[in-house]
Amino acid sequence: MLKIENVFANAGDKEILKGLSLEVKPGEVHAIMGPNGAGKSTLGNLLAGMPYVQPQGGSVQYMGKDLLSLEPEERAAIGVFLAFQYPVEIPGVNNMYFLRTALNAQRKYRGEDAMDSAQFLRMVKQKIKDMNMRDDLLKRPVNVGFSGGEKKRNEVFQMGVLEPKLAILDETDSGLDIDALKIVADGVNQLRSADRSFIIITHYQRLLDYIEPDFVHVLADGKIVKSGDKNLALELEEQGYGWLNN
Amino acid sequence: MNKQIEVTEENQVVKDRAKQAYKEGFVTDIESFTIPPGLDEETIKLISSKKDEPAWLLDYRLDAFRQWQKMDTPEWAKLKIPAIDFQAISYYSSPNANNENAPKSLDEVDPKLIETYDKLGVPLHERERLAGVAVDVVFDSVSVGTTFKAELKKVGVIFSSFSEAVQDHPELVKKYLGSVVPARDNYFAALNAAVFSDGSFVYIPKGVRCPMELSTYFRINAINTGQFERTLIVAEDDSYVSYLEGCTAPMRDENQLHAAVVELVAMDNAKIKYSTVQNWYPGDEEGNGGIYNFVTKRGNCQGKNSKISWTQVETGSAITWKYPSCILRGDNSSGEFYSVALTNNHQQADTGTKMIHLGKNTKSTVISKGISVGKSQNAYRGLVRVAKKADHARNFTQCDSLLIGKSCAAHTFPYTESANMTAQLEHEATTSKISEDQLNYCLQRGITEEDAISLIVDGFCKEVFKELPMEFAVEAKALLDISLEGAIG
Ligand SMILES: Nc1ncnc2c1ncn2[C@@H]1O[C@H](COP(=O)(O)OP(=O)(O)O)[C@@H](O)[C@H]1O
Ligand SMILES: [Mg+2]
Repeated sequence: MLKIENVFANAGDKEILKGLSLEVKPGEVHAIMGPNGAGKSTLGNLLAGMPYVQPQGGSVQYMGKDLLSLEPEERAAIGVFLAFQYPVEIPGVNNMYFLRTALNAQRKYRGEDAMDSAQFLRMVKQKIKDMNMRDDLLKRPVNVGFSGGEKKRNEVFQMGVLEPKLAILDETDSGLDIDALKIVADGVNQLRSADRSFIIITHYQRLLDYIEPDFVHVLADGKIVKSGDKNLALELEEQGYGWLNN
Repeated sequence: MNKQIEVTEENQVVKDRAKQAYKEGFVTDIESFTIPPGLDEETIKLISSKKDEPAWLLDYRLDAFRQWQKMDTPEWAKLKIPAIDFQAISYYSSPNANNENAPKSLDEVDPKLIETYDKLGVPLHERERLAGVAVDVVFDSVSVGTTFKAELKKVGVIFSSFSEAVQDHPELVKKYLGSVVPARDNYFAALNAAVFSDGSFVYIPKGVRCPMELSTYFRINAINTGQFERTLIVAEDDSYVSYLEGCTAPMRDENQLHAAVVELVAMDNAKIKYSTVQNWYPGDEEGNGGIYNFVTKRGNCQGKNSKISWTQVETGSAITWKYPSCILRGDNSSGEFYSVALTNNHQQADTGTKMIHLGKNTKSTVISKGISVGKSQNAYRGLVRVAKKADHARNFTQCDSLLIGKSCAAHTFPYTESANMTAQLEHEATTSKISEDQLNYCLQRGITEEDAISLIVDGFCKEVFKELPMEFAVEAKALLDISLEGAIG
């Protein structure tokens, strides 16, 4: 599914990723932990093709394609989704209209028919119910006046509607109370399937109580410095990241 | 084109339209009667005699012309207005070659004209049957047909071309013509009063809620011709009318002049909603050609509790000079101004409103959205004046500017004059750029950059679009998308 090999990348003119490698197979859930400023968001932004991250070397293969050569909207259309650490507000654009525009743009790129508004409405209503979220989310402008938690839930809801192949969640659990955390985790778990993979960036082990990862990695100073199974997350929770330096 | 389909498939229609450039830019090859260029008293007498006008109207025109000759072009606007050679313009052009009588019904209208309006998405017959919108169609200097007249007549509503109204209801025209915008009001209003050719006339009698939307579609076709239309809407006590106005012109390298006057009068408890989608040809990318659009629009809230609401979407014209205003004379009357003005390439717009509070407890709301793209200049100019006796007048003004690109500019000139201590005036202004973050967010969801910009701009204009009747809102969105073309890169 995804093979990152020895990637270097800058944010601004600072070198952030320094020879990072990671392989994600279909159906796997990988958790990425690590200290602030380590480059976790930079990795997510690099994969999504956000222009403020400039690749400097190495390669990223995604489903047989050279991911770094594609435009961000093309990457989205072939199934790369990033739940942003800081979701953006778009005043005056209602969430549902935004999502239908996004979905139909992706379908068009893939050569599929557009979904009409009636079909879309039915689908979205069902999703919002399945994901235990509130209807009013649909009518409000994208993220405008949303609380921190609502913004994160909206990211997960968008993921549910767009049904990506590779979903990257960047600190989607930060700032959530336990109920919201469960809703977010449920959203992810409902989508888990044999051909869909997740990269979950988090600071806290507690999310991993609800979303059980196949692998846990520690990203520090622009590289994966340690990988393990879910027990690694527990160790990190107890001991912090300091011991990794030794 | 079926408008009902357009509404449900809104998105698709918008997308399809966005692929086309100024699709209204074609010329209809039709025989027309055009008087030679030039302007003097003889020209005015000729126009007046073509229309078989009563003597008082000719006098009104001649008086206006004499005033105009003493006036200078206004220079206070933030516009670079090239010198206009008024002698090089023809002041009257009519599509019926024999120029005898205007067609009496749509069946008598030249098929080429019907075809023109089909192409423009204003299918005269279809509109009549399907959409339930009554249309008056003005082609160059004359009205070529008004739909739904009979139905409207049943409830006492008069909806006709201005010329017909002069013949059929001279007492009403005489009473209200120039009552809101006097002939000497300003340079372009005076010119219009002298040479106006046609336009629409609406009269809503007491207690009548006009059963359908009324609309006028203005089209400039003939070369080197100015369009000087005149619209007058009178709403008697307790009446309501919603009126829409649309306009297009062919693409030509020469500039063409459009100087219109619109007067609205609202009596006690009457409400007038006036919406415009202005899509005159804006000129090409280098700034050649395009319409010079100098318009005086003013509403008189004469009666108590009356209300006049202006909504405009201005995407066209090389130069726009336009300030739809409200005189809030009646106690408790209210005025509204909702505006989207988009300028691209070398377009210039100086637009805004005047809210003149004369009565007690009068209220006004101004929402202006300016979008500048390319090398364009976009200015909001607004005046809120509260007279001494206007106790407890309130105004809320919100002016937002959105910049797309680095070479364009937005300017805001809000003026307030208050002679009454109890006035409450609120003003908010913002200027923003489409943020990289917003664009990136859209891209990450799979939306192309072009669509993302149009989505963000639509959102920016939301508060104004929601004031438009549904069909018009769809059209306005489509227009914005077309006008945004080339906004990237
Ligand atoms: N656009 C940018 N310009 C310059 N520096 C940036 C930019 N984005 C992130 N950085 C820097 O890159 C480093 C890594 O950031 P980030 O990937 O957000 O870390 P993490 O998500 O692991 O906390 C930080 O030092 C941050 O300040
Ligand atoms: Mg981060």
